[in-house]
Amino acid sequence: MAPLAAPDMIDPGVEDVVADAKRHQGRPGPASQNMVINMGPQHPSTHGVLRLVLEIDGESVVSLAPDIGYLHTGIEKTCEAKFYQQVVPLTDRIDYLCPMTNNLAYCLAVEKLLALEIPERAQYLRVMLNELTRIQSHLVWLGTHAMDIGALTVFLYCWREREDIMRIYENISGQRMMTSYFRIGGLSLEPPLNFYDQVRDFLKIMPDRIDQYENLLTGNPIWTGRLQGVGYLSPEDAIALGVTGPPLRASGVDWDLRRDMPYSGYEKFKFDVPVSKVGDVWARYVVRIQEMRESLKIIQQALDGMPTGRIVADAPKIILPDREQMKTQMESLIHHFKIVTEGFAVPAGEVYQAVESPRGEMGYYVVSDGTAKPYRVHMRNPSYATLQALETMCKGRLLADVVAVIGSIDIVLGEIDR
Amino acid sequence: MEAAPDPNRALGTEAVFAAFPENAAVVALKSIATDAKFERNEFTVTVARENIVAAAKAVQAAGYNFFEDCTAVDWYPSEPRFQVSYHIVSHSLKQRIRLAVRLNGDSPSLDSITDVWPSSNFYEREVFDLFGIHFNGHPNLKRIMMPDDWQGHPLRKDYPVEGYR
Repeated sequence: MAPLAAPDMIDPGVEDVVADAKRHQGRPGPASQNMVINMGPQHPSTHGVLRLVLEIDGESVVSLAPDIGYLHTGIEKTCEAKFYQQVVPLTDRIDYLCPMTNNLAYCLAVEKLLALEIPERAQYLRVMLNELTRIQSHLVWLGTHAMDIGALTVFLYCWREREDIMRIYENISGQRMMTSYFRIGGLSLEPPLNFYDQVRDFLKIMPDRIDQYENLLTGNPIWTGRLQGVGYLSPEDAIALGVTGPPLRASGVDWDLRRDMPYSGYEKFKFDVPVSKVGDVWARYVVRIQEMRESLKIIQQALDGMPTGRIVADAPKIILPDREQMKTQMESLIHHFKIVTEGFAVPAGEVYQAVESPRGEMGYYVVSDGTAKPYRVHMRNPSYATLQALETMCKGRLLADVVAVIGSIDIVLGEIDR
Repeated sequence: MEAAPDPNRALGTEAVFAAFPENAAVVALKSIATDAKFERNEFTVTVARENIVAAAKAVQAAGYNFFEDCTAVDWYPSEPRFQVSYHIVSHSLKQRIRLAVRLNGDSPSLDSITDVWPSSNFYEREVFDLFGIHFNGHPNLKRIMMPDDWQGHPLRKDYPVEGYR
């Protein structure tokens, strides 16, 4: 299939839409007064518990205020009471669509504090799993976004391929969603023998499946009509409002942490960063579809160039010893016991480590006071900032466009609440 | 509870300013910084709380265009108790800088930088909600995570994990 060409769409403009809405509004009087309605907290299109307080004039949006905090997990407070290694399973739960990305961001931050050297094979596996996670997350986005607009078939198709990735997750970590597969200093388990075959099989089928989604959507007049020109965000606004990830790149800002501030060996991989200058919901769709194809390239490179060697750093006081070794060697048993009961001390200091998650910049700010428990863990989550830009994108548009815009920013409420 | 160590122990302020003469932000901040350090490849500049808006403007003028994050650390019971950390990145220079402000424990407040970077709006509200640090001049300083009538600020170190009620 020919690559998508981003059409040069012009936003109809706020005034036109409002004028159009007013023309259809009918009689003046009480009916023309603005109405405040609540969308959510459990609206199907809010993709979690998000309440939007909308002031609408007829059907057009006059103002929009997001109300969050319904999912209060207390995760940052909980982190302060855990050992460093016990925080890893908590990070899975922050964003339930990309557990591996959260694991990576947290582990990299603590490894930076510890000045740990990670073996190349672990880095390659981390990159491969992160790109699988990106595809998995984008599949959920595409499915639910299409479902919001009314295309249910794509949703079922996407779930089918997501299931393949879930099987890979289950095979490598024993878990389908909350994988907790990464460890500070490496990975928790040696990947099983059939893992690489599974990934290879997935790589074979996936390009064709992405074409299938595009066949269903890209030329579809309902799809293009609902997406093009809707939810425009200018590059200046995107930067001013702190938007990251695909919405930022769809607004024409060429910024990707994987390429521009590489981590975990991303500088060894060749891939393109899709950028669109259009800045609407359609552009975000195009950018994410292309990103899936780029992720496949990275996985292929990781598979081809997979180095040999260990999957954990050489740090016996931080990494749990092998099970067999622990049963036969006193030293290993002592290390195991000490790590589990006392944790390991991390040198005092503060670090900020950001990675490119499927939704944008996922940053972990970890402060250590030199003990075995983090003094402070702060998560900088991409959806939180993108939510600030929601009003800019929706103002003056129709109420039904709000649904399309929420779908296009790929929101996960788990990562917004603290 | 043990007294928390001073997070600014590795000072080296003069050394940092000498080591990065080509860094535009360093040059811009030299006159107002009270402390600077370079650790683990990360650059931290501490400024007095009156100077945060000036520092933000200077950093922005130096090409640091993207506001990433603002959060706080509670060093209870040592004084100054709070540290507010801002992370700002430059897309063109591909560098990151951390601005820090130290605040005393009794009614901590500093100026809002929402005029410089509108994206700091939600982050400052979050710090206000969870730490009780007041941002002067913020357009909409309300609780964001907790209910409006919530007592206390949960991420303070002296806030009980089970809550007050």
